[in-house]
Parts: sequence; structure tokens; C-alpha cells
Amino acid sequence: MYKVKVYVTLRESVLDPQGVAVKSALHTMDYKEVEDVRIGKYLELAVNETGNIEARIEEMCEKLLANTVIEDYRYEIEEVVPS
Amino acid sequence: MKFAVIVFPGSNCDADMYHAISGALGAEVEYVWHHETSLQGFDGILLPGGFSHGDYLRSGAIARFAPIMKAVIEAAKEGKPVLGVCNGFQILLEAGLLPGAMKRNEGLKFICRPAVLTVENEKTMFTAGYEKGQEITIPVAHGEGNYECDDATFNELEKNGQIIFRYKDNINGSRQQIAGIMNEAGNVLGMMPHPERAVEALLGSDDGLALFQSIVRNWRETHVATT
Repeated sequence: MYKVKVYVTLRESVLDPQGVAVKSALHTMDYKEVEDVRIGKYLELAVNETGNIEARIEEMCEKLLANTVIEDYRYEIEEVVPS
Repeated sequence: MKFAVIVFPGSNCDADMYHAISGALGAEVEYVWHHETSLQGFDGILLPGGFSHGDYLRSGAIARFAPIMKAVIEAAKEGKPVLGVCNGFQILLEAGLLPGAMKRNEGLKFICRPAVLTVENEKTMFTAGYEKGQEITIPVAHGEGNYECDDATFNELEKNGQIIFRYKDNINGSRQQIAGIMNEAGNVLGMMPHPERAVEALLGSDDGLALFQSIVRNWRETHVATT
């Protein structure tokens, strides 16, 4: 069994309205050192070994988990060792 | 001419759409559940607004894989008129029947009020009943109507006359005030404002009725032999 962590974020070139709002709130709170905020999604998938897990995960991201018109994705795969 | 209103779990403008077609327009209409697989016998396909599958993940992302969507894509390829309103527009984008994607509204507020639109292209099966540049009042109700596309896509849309409606004031931050776009073939229209909520003066505006009348007129001209 594997734990797959998928991170979906708006592409760099796309203005993130939520991120802008949070940045402005942080500035209001006097955290002026914050130069940029980007908000994304974090998904955790519990996945059985299939032999081509990376290709399958990428397919899932392209088809459903991310909208590649405006979003980027990256993922990490961790083996879950039963204790 | 017979219309189908596709109903997803979370559709909440399906009854408004049904009412607009059966009442104000006076045409035949039936609900079609998202688990169905055929749209045989229907001449026009309507994807209503709402929150299909709770808008989980992204608006329209899950609905796009509903069994009925294969038939919707098939109908679109056959040249049948397909209209997606609000969440229906978002589903058409996710399905790739229209280009681009939706972001949260600039300002992050859910916007629910009448909006003034300009008719950018009156030479379509959806807008023949309007005049070019005509200002119409159609209500909007959305949190994710901030239309985004890349430069190449935008240039194509503009060059081909695929931008059908623009907001007079850019209420949600959409690229170039885009409120509604059409596919290149001219039979798939997606728009965030709700024409089905503006079909009777009693509702505050009947400016949306001409859109549905245009579809029917076009269908009659191409399907009904005149002597």
C-alpha cells in the first residue's frame, strides 16, 4: 500500500484571488514580510501497488484532480509499511 | 422541437430551466437524470445551473464524468444546440466542449444580482433574436465565474466571433469581461448569467426569452420544411 500526496495549485501565470485576499489580510496584521500567497489543494490517496503507479497517478491528475488549463500539480509517493 | 434538461445531483436551476421552456417558451421539455446514457429524441440539450456533486474538487469536474455526458458530447458533435448555464457552463468547460476554465470571483464574493450584458455576436443560433451591441439584463448567481484562458485561446475566441456576451461592468474579474462563449462550430453556448430566470416581466426581466426563441426559430428553419 502506498500513500500518495497530491498538491494542486493555480499555475504561476494565473492570478490567485484567494491568495491575494489572504496576503492582504496578513499585511493588515502587520506581517509585511509576506510577498506572495498561493492557495492550493492537498489530496491524500491510499493506493494499492499496480506496477505503474506513477503513470496512473499522473493520469488521474490530468483527467480529474487538476484542471491543467489553470492548475499545476505535483505528487509524492510514500510506501506504507504495516506496523 | 424537444429539449432535455440534464439533472445532476446538486442541480438547482433545473426547475427554472424546465419552467422557462414549458411555460414562457411553450416548447416540449423533459428532465434527463445524469445516470442516463441516451439523448435520442431530443433536439436541444440544456445543462442547468446549480452545484453538481457539491462542486467538490472543482465546479463541474465530477459531473463531467457522469454517464449522460457521453451522449451530451455526441449531441454536440452532431450539431445539436447545447446550452450550459452557470454550473452547466462550468461542466462544458471541464468536458472540453468549450475552451478555458473558471476561477473564484475576483473579490471572492458570491455575486447574486441582475447584470447588464452586451450582445457581442448576434449572428448565432442562440442570439439571432437580439441586435449587435444590445444591452440586456440577466441575473447572475455564482461564486466561480471568473473566466480564464490563455492568450492564444482568447485570440481565437475573438477572431472567430465566439465571444457571445460580455458584462457591461466586469463584476467577477473575467478575462475581457467574458460572460458567455460559443464553440467554433456555433452550436455549444456556455454562459454564467441565467437567461432562464429572465423570461417573464414578472421576474424583473424577460430579456432571456429571446435566447430560447432564437434556438427554436433556428431549429424550425433547418428542420421543418416550409411550402
